[in-house]
Amino acid sequence: MSANWSMRCLNLRIDMTDLFSKFDPLIEQRRALLETGLTDPFNLVMEKVLSPTVAICNGRETILLGTYNYMGMTFDEDVIAAGKQAFDDFGAGTTGSRVLNGTFHPHRDVEAALREFYDMDHAMVFSTGYQANLGIISTIAGKGDYIILDIDSHASIYDGCKMGDAEIVAFRHNDIEALEKRLKRLPAGAGKLVVLEGVYSMLGDVAPLKEMVRISKENGAMVLVDEAHSMGFIGANGRGVAEEQGCIDDVDFIIGTFSKSVGTVGGFCVSNHPKFEILRLVCRPYVFTAALPPSVMASSATSVRKLMHGGNKRAHLWENSKTLHKGLRDLGFQLGTDEPQSAIIAVIMPDLERGAMMWEALLHEGLYVNLARPPATPAGMTLLRCSLCAEHTSEQVQDILGRFERAGKAVGII
Amino acid sequence: MTDRSEMFDKLKELIAPFNKKGVELTDATTFAGDLEWDSLTVMDFVAEVEDSFDIVITMNMQAEIENVGQLVDAVLKLTD
Repeated sequence: MSANWSMRCLNLRIDMTDLFSKFDPLIEQRRALLETGLTDPFNLVMEKVLSPTVAICNGRETILLGTYNYMGMTFDEDVIAAGKQAFDDFGAGTTGSRVLNGTFHPHRDVEAALREFYDMDHAMVFSTGYQANLGIISTIAGKGDYIILDIDSHASIYDGCKMGDAEIVAFRHNDIEALEKRLKRLPAGAGKLVVLEGVYSMLGDVAPLKEMVRISKENGAMVLVDEAHSMGFIGANGRGVAEEQGCIDDVDFIIGTFSKSVGTVGGFCVSNHPKFEILRLVCRPYVFTAALPPSVMASSATSVRKLMHGGNKRAHLWENSKTLHKGLRDLGFQLGTDEPQSAIIAVIMPDLERGAMMWEALLHEGLYVNLARPPATPAGMTLLRCSLCAEHTSEQVQDILGRFERAGKAVGII
Repeated sequence: MTDRSEMFDKLKELIAPFNKKGVELTDATTFAGDLEWDSLTVMDFVAEVEDSFDIVITMNMQAEIENVGQLVDAVLKLTD
């Protein structure tokens, strides 16, 4: 750390040195940002949620454009009814691990729903998507094995790597040649797992899975694809980017989540591997945590089955994504992708300060988006991430564009 | 096996385009501190080294490499 930071910390009279000293630069950055009078972008409270697309924030009716509620299932009446029924039938919680007393009928049923949805032999449900990546990656790639991953991978993938003892090899984002070169340099006999994502959530860009999966297989690697941000609306059956690109049969493991298109919470892995079920006994983030409440499982099962028939909603979501992308580009905003590739549209901000100002100006306009900044973002970028919902009406999308125009002009970004 | 000073010179050439401030390079020069490289620069540089020597420097290894001398020794070992 530079002397500059130490000096400022002294001025703040943070002269105590302990385990928290490592956070001083971040504490100082936050203090400086909030001192300008900006609303804390990481402390928003939704006082009421009126629908998948509208909530009350700071007493103001706000359009939600920064949730992962892609298919708007959070308020689906069948999804809610299934949860209520399970509350009555099974109680509030499981109070135990999936492998002991925590597997109720709804847990088995949601795994059946996932097998139907993906047309695969096995499905294993974790308490969150984070734990699904953590558990699967750390368990299947161990000491002496290699994990080859995209440098822009999600934190849960990196943490899964760190928790296992495999050798980690990173390649440049979405670079097919960089992946191939590295695979070819690894020892022929070693166990290899290539970890990819269908949609990368920061810029909303899609991976060239078809080529990457083929190359991985040619070089003797197993392939895991995280389809968290594509489930429900990319691919003919909503199975994700691997389905869309016609390579899903060559993917060994698909990781997904219930906290996005499904509209609840939980994570999962689906696979056709004949020995897959053994993971239930050896995967620590599966074994050593409590199973999700039965109400969540019943809601999730209903939602997953409804998503199988969500063709019209998918079409509307794509329409929304295209309209917003074109509208923002026409207004002069710099976007993360040249064409809309998913339901995420990232608006690139010049820096964190103006990003936070723009975020607040939008909030005052009654529009919530995600403020994303390093280290979550690639290339040190500050982003305003917009994620669309199939329940956003065409009028709402036009309204959103108007609010972006006013806020962008007020802050001087366009 | 490549001579150590030969390897040092080769890596020095690879570092040059990333050495924006023209810091003088010795075994003790650190990447984060002296060269002030961020994670992106590190990634680009590591890819250059990997491609030049046809090797893989895993992230596990990278975590142990803080200065130029350690990199020289690591690449010598990998190309041995």
